[in-house]
Parts: sequence; structure tokens; C-alpha cells
Amino acid sequence: MGISAQSTQFNRRKDLLGLKDVSNEEIELILNTAIPMKDIIGREIKKVPTLRGKGMITVFYENSTRTRTSFELAGKYLSADTSNLAVSTSSVQKGETLRDTIKTLEMMGPDILVMRHGMTGAPHYVAQNTSMRVINAGDGTNEHPTQALLDMFSIREHKGRLAGLKVAIVGDILHSRVARSNIYGLAKFGCEIRVAGPPTMIPPGLDHLGVKVCFNLKDAIRDVDVVNVLRIQRERQQTGLFPSLEEYSELYMLRPEHLSLAADNAIVLHPGPINRGVEISTDIADSDTAVINEQVTNGVAVRMALLFLMMGGRRDEIAA
Amino acid sequence: MKLRDKNQIMDEMSMKRALTRIAHEIIEANKGVQGVAVVGIRRRGGPLAFRLADLIESIEGVRPPVGVLDITLYRDDLTALANQPQVHRTEVHFDITGMSIVLVDDVIYTGRTVRAGLDALIDLGRPKRIQLAVLIDRGHRELPIKPDFVGKNVPTSREEVVSVCVREIDGDDKVTIQELVP
Repeated sequence: MGISAQSTQFNRRKDLLGLKDVSNEEIELILNTAIPMKDIIGREIKKVPTLRGKGMITVFYENSTRTRTSFELAGKYLSADTSNLAVSTSSVQKGETLRDTIKTLEMMGPDILVMRHGMTGAPHYVAQNTSMRVINAGDGTNEHPTQALLDMFSIREHKGRLAGLKVAIVGDILHSRVARSNIYGLAKFGCEIRVAGPPTMIPPGLDHLGVKVCFNLKDAIRDVDVVNVLRIQRERQQTGLFPSLEEYSELYMLRPEHLSLAADNAIVLHPGPINRGVEISTDIADSDTAVINEQVTNGVAVRMALLFLMMGGRRDEIAA
Repeated sequence: MKLRDKNQIMDEMSMKRALTRIAHEIIEANKGVQGVAVVGIRRRGGPLAFRLADLIESIEGVRPPVGVLDITLYRDDLTALANQPQVHRTEVHFDITGMSIVLVDDVIYTGRTVRAGLDALIDLGRPKRIQLAVLIDRGHRELPIKPDFVGKNVPTSREEVVSVCVREIDGDDKVTIQELVP
């Protein structure tokens, strides 16, 4: 054809399991590719024929509204055939092992598997035991790479860059795969990362990643360009890491008086679903500084970019 | 894969003359520029589309809308490529429905790029008609596609490469035939 295929190494990658081992160049390629993908979502005809004939299956062992739907629509907008395994009504409930379930799905011929699992490392295990490409849509408390990619895309869209930005991540850092993937990704681009939350929810060793730990919300937010507020995961809160939601919101709920300490035109991100009045005040959630709704659209764009980049080329050419 | 220049078939002046003639032909075929828009196929069709719009404006005094189409997502060879090509934005900031669109590319060869361009265009709306303008027609069509406006017909062998340089991208204007260095 008339245009040259600019060589990129991205789809030599079989799987995307986390941002920890993804290069800056790959991340930039995904973010740049997401720009034209976002244009498609805004069109009257939201479909391109790119992945015609490719199959994608989503398997979520944990609940999800936006991530699963986002992947499914991203696949559909690119003309892939998408299917979802509803784990709660599947043979998993009859005691089928993870490995057997995945093998069964693989034999139906999809090219890519999007998987969420409550166990850290489950997608890694699956990736080693299947010829399908695997995208991690969240594993336990480890990583949620596509969430971090859409956060980075949203930040870059508003700030024009990532390098040198000050980013505060607030909440339950210990259990947050969103925080972990954001830290891996943002650190690669030279962002100054601070985290704030109850001491019981800050994992040890963050300083090795260059992250500054604050136990006071105001210290974390002073002069930052971006505040990423995490959801208090009530489903992971049975162990009494903080006394009560009331106390948590008293100390760590993001309110307008905190945000006034941040840099001019600071933006607020939240991966959703939001707990109004727990980790974020309604004033902020509904204000112009919050880009929470845009993040949802950007999530579809970033996942379209990823599916396009990963599903090109023939499968036998992929280095496992 | 290394290429070397075999011979130059167009220079800045001959490219300008060819584009000027095409601009006149577009105006004549459309009986003016009412409802006409020019859309270039990335990459080098883009600058050529802008030049045609400039030339049409200098002749008719009316500038047609100009857009640029990225056809990467419409290519039929994506699964055959080892690495995905970079996707860029499509920038057509007007409604193409009901318009006469002149699709512009630098070279027509197999016709597959134009096929992709037609599909990409139709996904943006329903034009009244689509015409095709190319600087170089080098033959070897694999699809039933024929340009309406041609700068120069150049017989080539399949082993040769037609390289169009435009100053907006390459620094100078020229068309050369290249061959593989054995």
C-alpha cells in the first residue's frame, strides 16, 4: 500500500500483565494510538473494520461495571467479536479449575482473553498456559494496567505531558492495584509521586519506587497537578485496618479546602465507582476539576489502542 | 531492504504544472466548486490535498474545505504485518454528507489504499459522489478502481518503487523511480 508500516515492537508482546515491565516507548505508543481511537468514539458511526474476524473473550472473576463493558465496547468498535463469560453462572461454580476453564475457552478459538481475578498472579499463570493473548484487567492487589493507562492518558490530555508532574494518590494504597500500576507507569515518566492514607494502608517499600509517603492529606496535596482518589474497597475491608468509614472520611476525604492547596488547574481522578462522602466529597466529584466522566471515555479509547496494537500480525510470529 | 534512485520523473515545476492542471480539471468536472471538498490520504496525499485547495482557490476565488484521512484502521493487510503501523488522526472537520469529495493520494498502484480510503470516508457520512485525484498512476491495479484525475501515468515494473517527495514532509518536491539494491 501507499503508506509505509512504521515499525513498532509492540505486538511482539503476547500479553499485557502489568505496567511494571512495559517500556516508556510502548506506553507512549498506546497513549498516542488512543488519540485517534477516541475520535472514533465521538463519531456517528462508531466502528472501524480493523479487527474483523478476531475474537475476544472477557472473563471476570470479580465484579466490574466499567472495565468489562469498556473492553467489550472497545472490541466491538474495532469489529472484533466479543463474548463474556459470566463467572457466577458458569461451570466455575461446579468446581471447574481455572486452568480447565481457560483451556475450554481457548478451544473455542478467541484470539485474546481479558481477565480479572481476585488472586494476584492469576493472569500470569493463565498467560503461561494458553496460546491466547492475555490482558490483565486487574489481579488481586497487584496490577490493573489498563486503568493506569487511561489515567495517564487523561492526565496527558489535560496537562499536555507527564514528565515532571506532581501526582498524589490518596486512599488504600495497600490493597490498590490501581495505585500500584499508576506508580509503575508514572514513575517511568519522571512524575513526582506522593501517596497518602492511613498508616495501616500504606505498604512498606514504596520509597524504593521513589514514592513519597504522607500520612496527612494536606501535605500530600500541596502543589500537586493531579490528585488520584482511590475507592475505599469495602469488599477488602473486613480486617479492621481503620476504625470506621466516618473516621476515614474525616481524615482522608478530598474536600474543596484540600484542593485549594494544589497547583492551579489541578485535576482530580477517580477510577470509580465513587463512594460520595467517603473518599471524595460530592462538591468535588461534581465539579469541573474532576475528570471522572472523561476517564470512562478515555478507558474505551485506551483499550481500543491496546487491542489494535496487540492483535496485529499473525499469531505464529509472536514471541511468547 | 535498500533502495536507490533510478531516475527522476518529476521536479518541482512539473509537479506544480500537473497539480494546476488537476485543479482546473476538478473545477471543470464539477462545474465550479460548489459542494466540492478535497480530502487527502495520509501521509503525502494530505499536503497534496491542501495544495489542490490552494490552487482551486486561486482559480475560482473560493476555497473548498480540506480534510485528511488516516486509513490505517481500514487496511486489508494488517494481519499480514509483523508490526502494527502507527495510527494517526483523521481530520475531516466538516460534514461530508451530500458533498462531492475529491479523494487525493500521491500514487495509485494496486488500488487497495484507495479502497480503504473509500471505506474510511463513507464511515464519516454519505457523500453525493467521490472522485479520485492522484499525482502518479503507476499501473498494476488489483481492484476495479480508476482515478478521475491523474498528474502523470508512469509505466513501472512491480520491482520498482515510486517515491513521491513533498516539501511539507520531505523538504523538496520530486518524484523518482527507485529500484532495490541487490
